[in-house]
Amino acid sequence: MGWLSPEAWQAVALSLRVALWATLVSLPFGIFIAFALARWRFPGRGLLNGLVHLPLILPPVVTGYLLLLTLGTRAPVGGFLQDIGVVFAFRWTGAALAAGIMAFPLMVRAIRLSIEAVDVKLEQAAGTLGAPRGMVFLTVTLPLILPGIVAGAVLAFAKAMGEFGATITFVSNIPGQTQTLPSAIYAFLQVPGAEGEVAKLVLVSVVIALAALALAEWVGRAVAARVAGR
Amino acid sequence: MSLEVALKHRLGDFRLEAEFAAPEGVTVLFGRSGSGKTSVVNAVAGLLRPEAGRVSVGARVLQDSSRGLWLPPHRRRLGYVFQEARLFPHLTVGQNLRFGRWFAPRGAVLPDEGRVIEMLGIGALLKRRPGQLSGGERQRVAIGRALLAGPELLLADEPLAALDEARKAEILPYFERLRDEAMVPVLYVTHSPAEVARLATTVVVMEDGRVRVAGPAAEVMSDPHVMPLGSAEAGAVLVARVVAHHADGLSELEAGGHALWVPRVAAAPGTELRLRIRAQDVMLALGRPEGISALNVLPCTVSEVRRGEGPGAMVQLQAPGGRILSRITGRSAEALGLVPGLRVHAVLKAVSVARDSVGGRGEAGHAKGAGDAAPRSPSGRG
Repeated sequence: MGWLSPEAWQAVALSLRVALWATLVSLPFGIFIAFALARWRFPGRGLLNGLVHLPLILPPVVTGYLLLLTLGTRAPVGGFLQDIGVVFAFRWTGAALAAGIMAFPLMVRAIRLSIEAVDVKLEQAAGTLGAPRGMVFLTVTLPLILPGIVAGAVLAFAKAMGEFGATITFVSNIPGQTQTLPSAIYAFLQVPGAEGEVAKLVLVSVVIALAALALAEWVGRAVAARVAGR
Repeated sequence: MSLEVALKHRLGDFRLEAEFAAPEGVTVLFGRSGSGKTSVVNAVAGLLRPEAGRVSVGARVLQDSSRGLWLPPHRRRLGYVFQEARLFPHLTVGQNLRFGRWFAPRGAVLPDEGRVIEMLGIGALLKRRPGQLSGGERQRVAIGRALLAGPELLLADEPLAALDEARKAEILPYFERLRDEAMVPVLYVTHSPAEVARLATTVVVMEDGRVRVAGPAAEVMSDPHVMPLGSAEAGAVLVARVVAHHADGLSELEAGGHALWVPRVAAAPGTELRLRIRAQDVMLALGRPEGISALNVLPCTVSEVRRGEGPGAMVQLQAPGGRILSRITGRSAEALGLVPGLRVHAVLKAVSVARDSVGGRGEAGHAKGAGDAAPRSPSGRG
């Protein structure tokens, strides 16, 4: 890859990995919480809703700092996790965690909207045909909310690709370890004469974002047509 | 197999307190909208959980609040045909039809897929998606989907209400076949007297959350206290046999030894039919009228006269072949001196036996065990 410097290339690859993992790992949780918020009435529902949305409203630096406070190697939770071999602080996994948390509200919102649009009468019909609750979800609800899941996942992926504040606060900006695409752009901006590298990384960012959007549109349209019964 | 229902439930101001039992065949829950029909069906399906009650289908108890027993919908083994077809839009017609089979318990007796598909005429639709079907096709697929799950009772909540007249005429015969071929007992909700006349073995009349009358169809449909005086649709059912088709476009039927003339019906001689005779199409005369255009004159005995609050009166008549109703004015009832036991002649215009009122035979008045239905009609024939 002569076009990009090895360092820049590393940042692109790391960002893709971080965003992919952040999206994939948070997806099941996102679906579950979106379902709970859309369908269930339980004590603490408002609190859960607020908690999920918090990263959207808080300054990202604050979210990153709170992560550092709880999951840093010397923090109680972080220390325990370290004992069982899970380390987030200053690792790419930490970057994925920070990105996942920052993208979570967007994912939940998209999925929740699609769950609220599902006709409960179809689920009732499935129940009268002998399908237990869990199977109703798997055979009726899940396929029907697939467009929302795709939209939520793509949104989360794009957000995770661009996450900067919480990531740099929580896992710093170590080239090859935690330097994601936005962190790399930031770092190159500090170096005199690296404008060319910055421009290339910006271009890569734009291309990846557009590609994700196009893919989401295409998949979403195909799934929506299927789900609408055409 | 019989259906027994006893429910108590409160929904805001509305109180449901319904109790009835029905033998095999088609049991029709009949009543105005808001009378609680759908709540009863939903309670039987398990979609509504009544505060107290007992529901059993044959030997299977689906709910018994005295024992704290309540089966969730998916364990009730009932089929439910909703007003809107509620087909799964993400599945093909074939996948929709097989949906219930994926969850049927091992050893369940499932109807033959090919036979149901053929009966409903949906073989050509299997690869299509619900979005590409017409309203009538959708409802046929919904019936097939419910049947193929192998239900022990089929529930239908106004399955024709969302369809136009032509589509209604397309779907109704399938329910008649379910009844006549005894494929599965049916609990059917409607507010249409025409559908009651064509389908019902047993009629359960609902009013304000309660069962007003329940009993064999012919008995309930000819009860002057049940049929609303103001309704042009009120009418009773007569069972008649096709004798012959004549060249002038009329068919000759026979009911209780008397000839009846109706516009040509599509049924072979010897077939038994249910004729719906609307109360407003029946005229009464003391002597046998001569020189009139109406072809059908039946000798009858007045069995009951009910005066309404308005100008109308509903007269129940013992006619050859069953009981019918006549809606006349209170003034006429007085002028003719109509009292129970009086012999009169009922005049039916041939054209008044509308085509869509002619249904397959069923067991309107003579259902075996239909007399077990409770509570009994107050004017029960015994």
